[in-house]
Amino acid sequence: MSRTFGTALRVTLLSWLMLGLGYPLLEVGVNQLIFPGPANGSLVRVAGRVVGSHLIEQRFRGSGWFHGRPSVVYMDPLSSGGSNLGPSSRRLARHLALRRVKLVARHPRLAGRRLPADMITSSASGLDPDITPANAYLQASWVARARGLPLALVRHLVTRHIHGPWLGLFGQARVNVLSLNLGLLRIVGRLGRARMAP
Amino acid sequence: MSPAAFWQIVLELLAAGALSVPFGHYLARVFQDQKTWLDPIVDPIDRAIYRLIGPDAVNQAMDWKGYAGNMLLTNLLMGLLIYAILSWQGHLPWNPLHFADVSPFLAFNTAASFITNTNWQAYGGESTLSLFSQMAAITFPMFASAATGLVAAIAFFRALGPACDKGRNLGNFYRDFVRALTRVFLLPCLFITPILVWAGSPETLAGMVTAHLVQGGIQHIPMGPVADLEVIKHLGTNGGGFFNANSAHPFENPTPLSNVIETLLMMVTPMALVIAFGRMVASPRLARVMYGVMAFMLVVAVSVMVIAEQRGTPLLAHAGLMQHAGFGQMGGNMVGKEVRFGITQSAIFDTVSTAFTTGSVNSLLDSYTPLGGMVALVQMMLNCVFGGDGVGLLNFLMYGLFAVFIAGLMVGRTPEFLGKKIEKREIVLASLALLVHPLIILAPAAWSLMAPYGVNALGNSGSHGLSEVLYAFVSAAANNGSAFAGLNGNTPWYNIVLGLVMLFGRYASIIFMLALGGSLAAKPRVQETIGTLKIDTALFGGFWLATIIVVGALTFLPALVLGPIAEFFALYGHHALSGMGR
Repeated sequence: MSRTFGTALRVTLLSWLMLGLGYPLLEVGVNQLIFPGPANGSLVRVAGRVVGSHLIEQRFRGSGWFHGRPSVVYMDPLSSGGSNLGPSSRRLARHLALRRVKLVARHPRLAGRRLPADMITSSASGLDPDITPANAYLQASWVARARGLPLALVRHLVTRHIHGPWLGLFGQARVNVLSLNLGLLRIVGRLGRARMAP
Repeated sequence: MSPAAFWQIVLELLAAGALSVPFGHYLARVFQDQKTWLDPIVDPIDRAIYRLIGPDAVNQAMDWKGYAGNMLLTNLLMGLLIYAILSWQGHLPWNPLHFADVSPFLAFNTAASFITNTNWQAYGGESTLSLFSQMAAITFPMFASAATGLVAAIAFFRALGPACDKGRNLGNFYRDFVRALTRVFLLPCLFITPILVWAGSPETLAGMVTAHLVQGGIQHIPMGPVADLEVIKHLGTNGGGFFNANSAHPFENPTPLSNVIETLLMMVTPMALVIAFGRMVASPRLARVMYGVMAFMLVVAVSVMVIAEQRGTPLLAHAGLMQHAGFGQMGGNMVGKEVRFGITQSAIFDTVSTAFTTGSVNSLLDSYTPLGGMVALVQMMLNCVFGGDGVGLLNFLMYGLFAVFIAGLMVGRTPEFLGKKIEKREIVLASLALLVHPLIILAPAAWSLMAPYGVNALGNSGSHGLSEVLYAFVSAAANNGSAFAGLNGNTPWYNIVLGLVMLFGRYASIIFMLALGGSLAAKPRVQETIGTLKIDTALFGGFWLATIIVVGALTFLPALVLGPIAEFFALYGHHALSGMGR
């Protein structure tokens, strides 16, 4: 029996060293070397400063920006998660109604209109970095007005930021909100400089 | 179903099927000690490991008791190691966010959960575990538990195989275990991890990055060695996530490409195991029948789930959301789903995850439509729609023994399975293995629903609340680990009872099946005669399927009626009558 125990103990410790430490550390080393960008969280830098991650949603406020999806964890990456409300939950119905009312109050043209499926539903992770093209085009109208930009220009910006499904089939067409807003900033900056010029 | 959804399902299932055939032959070669082209690379590693373990320990033959005993002992030691690491993580290295030691209840639940391949998580990874714990107490048992399930099935195959005529030798646990770890799991992981990193999954020892956001404010973004965990999480049908949101988290599953890779990884080993079974018992025809039956159940399940989710609910329509796909959005039930996956990739992933009892989710099952959620429940109740690494196929074979026995009684043939007579002892053992599952689900679920400490943890009320409790115990018993996550499982009651259910669900059925294997192995092979019931035919495949459905339905239908079915009628019926369900 003690021999069996010794064998089992050696198997346990050996496989633990190999798979619990060796394998992850090896992968960290290799991937830091060959894919440093994604291996460190796909961070976005503006003027050398980390302004967020391409893959993690952040909050935008006001009509001059594109907004991501509602998040029940306040877009806090330290506690990812969704609402977990069931399909017939009254609380779900209330949440949806409330988000809709707030949206319509800011943009009265939306009253009575059907909204894109992702616009007022909260995501699974609470950190969904994307919105659908329909959602982005809808927002383009008020973003353009708030920024004093031609609508066609903003819509074109959205179009350029659409990621199609993988191989044209798998997954969903989507727009990364952070990239889109950074693109918007660049346009605003360029036009601002053009106006300042004599 | 839209053409895009149809083709996504078809192509993913075909790809998994195509991968499973060569992989299945590879598995059979690995465990029959035949040559493979990887031998020159892996043999020296294995030999070094054997030398460290003790060369005579890996060569001695084991009967079923020896095999099961050594398996249990090894798993026990590993479980204790995990418990110890979690309990002392505050004093161990690589704890950049300075998390405290895990509480004893939670540490027990987590150790039980990961060593049994369940990967139920009563904690949020990014807010509880240090990087050291994620590697040494989470990634490690993902390999170990997958290998344990796999070799249990392999030992059972040997018992049925032609080599085992009136024998007792089921192989050597340690040798099988090491070969499963190095040749089956570690090798693919080494090469697939960089692909996931390339797609966007982090792989770093920096615990957290602070971002200064575009509109001001800061965001603390936790990360760590995520990609390597993701690969074994799916390849080993484990399912426990690095983050609370599991595979819905953009770091765990950044793109549709990573989603497809993870889906295929979940499917490939259990599917391949059926092929390996056919080779090891020298009956590829039977393996094809089994493969067909399981694939049929999977296709039905995935279709129902995709259609149910795409259809949306009256509640969402009433909230003024688009329910049909088109014009640059996907329609359907997007509550708790991510935009990059949409409806179809979400539903495929979660179907596969509950069929293959992985339990990782890329969308919240609690927020699925009643029918979509029910598909997940039913698959875990049957626990043999391919099922987890090893154990799923064992369950399927157990149903097969029943089918043979019942069919034999009905048409007056002697019940034989692969030339071995099925007699009283076999049917008793198979019945015990079968009855454990509903017993450890329904009894504690009923208790929880009657006790205040059970009901207080609910996140939803009414029928859906019942589904939440039922789902928790089904998931634990089937060693799946996915959840209707509105239920707060991190209470002493749920941590302990779910932990026990996982342990029983795992080891009771494995022990009964190994005992059954031992009993079958010792029997002489009878010659096939005109009186033998042919089991490698499509007809018998249909009977096998019917047995699974009837037994499963008799056991679980009442609970389903009270949960998802009641909710379905309440939701759709109410809105149809009040005119809201346009």
